[in-house]
Amino acid sequence: MNKSGLIAALAKEADLPLRKSEEIVNLVFDTMGKTLIAGDRIEIRGFGSFMVKQYKGYTGRNPKTGEQITVEDKNLPFFKTGKELRDKVDQADL
Amino acid sequence: MMTLTKAHLAKKVADDCGFLTGEARDIVDKLIGVVRTSLIEGEEVMITGFGKWMVRNKRARRGRNPQTGEELVLDSRRVVTWKYSPVLKRALNEAGK
Repeated sequence: MNKSGLIAALAKEADLPLRKSEEIVNLVFDTMGKTLIAGDRIEIRGFGSFMVKQYKGYTGRNPKTGEQITVEDKNLPFFKTGKELRDKVDQADL
Repeated sequence: MMTLTKAHLAKKVADDCGFLTGEARDIVDKLIGVVRTSLIEGEEVMITGFGKWMVRNKRARRGRNPQTGEELVLDSRRVVTWKYSPVLKRALNEAGK
């Protein structure tokens, strides 16, 4: 499922016009993205949580050429599946 | 540091899209419900610019109870993983630069 699929499914579930559903889906993921960019966590009970890990930069070498390279600091987001979803997904009969 | 919860998302939806708080809460629940249901049905969910949830099958493997050292078999299982979108990664690393 992609974003348009989600917009259509939400419109149907919540009995909303497509345009409204699109506005909401965009707003929700935009808000979640901005939260992570600010370095904050997201926690949705029963579903999962997002957090940003910060990695320090380092000076490394290309093992093939021996060339020295600088790896800069970086921030990466991670998702941890909530217990309820983890159990449901694992127990689903497919 | 703060933690964004469903209540914050509902407040945002209520304020920005013109719903009552209760309605907005119901909508946010349903949105998350659609993603959940897809994953439970084994279908991946990709949100452009944010990331992608996938369902992976893990094979059974032999493991060990780290406390007792006892050997045991970990059954095969199905797990949810999420990969950030390159757009989100870029945004996370441009902030403050």
